[in-house]
Amino acid sequence: MRMPEPDTDVIAGRVRIAKDLSAIVSGDGVIADEDELRVYESDGLTAYQQIPLIVVLPANTAQVSGVLRYCHENGIKVVPRGAGTSLSGGALPLADGIILGLGKFNRVLEVDFDNRCAVVQPGVTNLAITGAVSHRGFYYAPDPSSQIACTIGGNVAENAGGVHCLKYGLTTNNVLGVEMVLINGEVVRLGGKQLDSGGYDLLGVLTGSEGLLGVITEVTVRILRAPATARALLIGFQSASAAGQCVADVIGAGIIPGGMEMMDKPAIHAAENFVHAGYPLDVEALLIVELDGPEAEVTHLIESVEDIARKVGAVHLRVSQSEEERQTFWAGRKAAFGAMGRISPDYLCMDGTIPRHRMPEVLNGIAEMSERFGLRCANVFHAGDGNLHPLILYDANTPGELEKAEEFGGDILRLCVKVGGVLTGEHGVGVEKRDLMGEMFSEDDMKQQQRLKCAFDADGLLNPGKVYPTLHRCAELGRMHVHHGQLKFPDIPRF
Amino acid sequence: MSESFRPNTLEQVAEAVTWAVAGKHSLQIAASGTKSTLGRDVEIANQLNLGAFRNISLYEPEELVISAGAATPLHKIEQALAKSNQQLAFEPAHLGRLLGAPTKRFGSDGGTLGGVIACNLAGPRRIRSGAARDHLLGFHAVSGRSEPFKSGGRVIKNVTGFDLSKLITGSFGTLAVMTEVSVRVLPTPEETRTVLVLGCRDEDGVRALTQALQSPYEVSGAAHLPSDVVVLSKISPIATAGGAVTAIRIEGPAPSVEVRCEAIRRLLAPFGAVEELSKKHSLAFWSEVRDVGFFVRDRERQIWKMSVPPTVGTAVAAALLSGTDGQCFYDWGGGLIWISLPSAPDARHELVRDAVAKSGGYATLIRAEPEVRARVPVFQPQPAPLAALTRRVKDGFDPARVLNPGRMYEGV
Ligand SMILES: Cc1cc2nc3c(=O)[nH]c(=O)nc-3n(C[C@H](O)[C@H](O)[C@H](O)COP(=O)(O)OP(=O)(O)OC[C@H]3O[C@@H](n4cnc5c(N)ncnc54)[C@H](O)[C@@H]3O)c2cc1C
Repeated sequence: MRMPEPDTDVIAGRVRIAKDLSAIVSGDGVIADEDELRVYESDGLTAYQQIPLIVVLPANTAQVSGVLRYCHENGIKVVPRGAGTSLSGGALPLADGIILGLGKFNRVLEVDFDNRCAVVQPGVTNLAITGAVSHRGFYYAPDPSSQIACTIGGNVAENAGGVHCLKYGLTTNNVLGVEMVLINGEVVRLGGKQLDSGGYDLLGVLTGSEGLLGVITEVTVRILRAPATARALLIGFQSASAAGQCVADVIGAGIIPGGMEMMDKPAIHAAENFVHAGYPLDVEALLIVELDGPEAEVTHLIESVEDIARKVGAVHLRVSQSEEERQTFWAGRKAAFGAMGRISPDYLCMDGTIPRHRMPEVLNGIAEMSERFGLRCANVFHAGDGNLHPLILYDANTPGELEKAEEFGGDILRLCVKVGGVLTGEHGVGVEKRDLMGEMFSEDDMKQQQRLKCAFDADGLLNPGKVYPTLHRCAELGRMHVHHGQLKFPDIPRF
Repeated sequence: MSESFRPNTLEQVAEAVTWAVAGKHSLQIAASGTKSTLGRDVEIANQLNLGAFRNISLYEPEELVISAGAATPLHKIEQALAKSNQQLAFEPAHLGRLLGAPTKRFGSDGGTLGGVIACNLAGPRRIRSGAARDHLLGFHAVSGRSEPFKSGGRVIKNVTGFDLSKLITGSFGTLAVMTEVSVRVLPTPEETRTVLVLGCRDEDGVRALTQALQSPYEVSGAAHLPSDVVVLSKISPIATAGGAVTAIRIEGPAPSVEVRCEAIRRLLAPFGAVEELSKKHSLAFWSEVRDVGFFVRDRERQIWKMSVPPTVGTAVAAALLSGTDGQCFYDWGGGLIWISLPSAPDARHELVRDAVAKSGGYATLIRAEPEVRARVPVFQPQPAPLAALTRRVKDGFDPARVLNPGRMYEGV
């Protein structure tokens, strides 16, 4: 992985920069000690490490603004960081850049039940938002598996999803407003408590921008009344294509389940051995379908899904009879990543999305690759929306295995794109998929995206080296290449 | 001399834009023209009509996706989806009649799919299913640099690169010319019913809506019509209600709708007499709310649309209506206010902006005479840093200001 060439002048000025920053954030807000810096050397993609130049932990928006203005004036790169759970290396530090940590922004500022929203600081964890509103039966819908740890700021920056996003949407569909600070220190508010805000939807592009456009210092999210009930079905099939057919038929019947997850045989076995969820071990594919809503609706839909499952040849079918049993069904799926840690020293989690009906052929393709690379792979799948998480097992201590695993991962994502899908459904491009962007986008497509970046951060100081394989200078991107005044197609139809 | 291009291919669209850039001509981007009066009134000499991009290229019901040319008529999309019991869940408003557009030509007042996206429209289901912005999965377009580009894809879950689909939605054709779009579709609910609470004052009506929206009964429409708007309804059980109507829509599988309607009726009984609308009347009524049908007739009146935090809606509306014989009604649980006011040369915009500044929110002048829309800001004026950022975004896509220049803001 090649990162932009570090600026040696900036590195040489480290002590002075730390001193300058201390004047802005005061006290314990600046970390420059090497041992303490090491804590920040990687995020959830632990294959890559880099000690940052300095870590800065501002305590309020004015300090964020001061830090960014200083960095802007002095040409210092900035990597924003929430909890550091990114699986794509989005928060990977730079040798010549500061980490701007938002850990001190950890307060829920306001809960407004009548307007059904909450205003929180970006360092509040995803689960803590639900925690702040659950006493009145509300919750914050997007539920990434990392929700105990990851922050809402990181969720907005990655447009995080979760098992319930087929029905309730991704982060982008559940955020109403933000306060953000631009690299020049300007503070901008986008959206608010209202649903529509007009003007260019900069809130929409900020969401999922992986720290490249600005630093989020406050977030207003929608909160929803929790469904009255939820029940789940555990359905086993003899083939992945039968499971896929079941998913298609459920949706075809007009049912959008709260969650619809699939696991393949290696994932089922690993999860079962880990948490003993009672998964059948003699099936090739397992679906967890969760229906939520009013009792009457859930009862009605469970029956419909049962019928569909039997028609497409389910060989195992259980309906949760209690809340405890429903939780048990999920326990295995939720522990799937952890279970990999038990059967393999290391794993890479991929994140492509495909049109669902191409799933059987993609799974076959992955099985073939697994053989070719000599690496095991287990698949968990947000089946409802086609978001596939192949978990590639490898051992970083075996020379060359990481590279092999990465190559394997790259081939999987190429296949996803080839069948009409995309490189990443929820984890972001980061550094991990940066060099694959060309598989999906042409040079012109990427240039147009980078022109948006230029509007926010013309000097490319915010999180450089992430998302885009080539960093074009904004001056070059801004140039227009129009040479003639004559129509090339003088025959464009007129009316 | 002015040009009217009607390109057939992406290359021809790019060529027309090249012509505009080279000769410093501006282009009005149009399809059916139903919403051509939505926005500031600016003089644009040349037209780029997307009318030829009107085919559905892909529709896979089980994948919940449809792709079509940007100028595909909305009604054509809706008909295709209906065959598989699906719909655009964001319920885009058909604004043609409200805006007084000559709709005969296109056979419907819904305009085109691209137009719906360019204006980021949504209907009553906005509270549950979002707006156009939440459903555009990807698009192909030509920028104001005359470069074709694409963004997003055809799958629901995608975070690859910046989400330009959000940016293009609601950009009123000022950033790029969309030629093809992919949107997410969802199943049409089996049953639809509406619980009506009769005779509430505005504040109580919105409180009733708030309670309904805080309940676990999955409300998908929440509107309040004061008595002077009720009488403008074309739906007989509404028009003859004899007082204000507070309406709560419940959708879903039949057994579920049954139970939830019952629960909502019990919940809201303290607010007044409660009734229920049948499926047929429900569908017609929510279309009327969606399309602002009540305000279609009085053409002379100016119309504002305000999106505010729901709990401040009634106060905002009262401030604007006081001393006028204007009218208003509420959708989105009180968070969307449609206001119809007697025509004024300044469209009372300072009053409107003041009210919004105090409450938080966003106001758009939806209908007014061209000379008023030329003078008065149609969209909410932006604070300086945001206005500057907006101009820089425009620079990135259309530095020569050839695409719908000035339609949203001066100089953009
Ligand atoms: C076990 C595990 C399970 C996971 N499951 C899921 C899942 O189900 N769904 C899912 O979507 N993701 C999942 N993730 C990925 C990760 O948790 C999410 O991407 C999450 O949103 C990252 O939040 P964070 O606070 O840790 O951000 P970080 O990792 O610190 O940062 C992520 C990115 O956001 C930027 N950023 C952070 N805060 C800000 C801010 N305030 N302003 C601007 N930019 C900022 C950073 O620069 C970086 O680019 C999982 C991760 C792990 C380790």
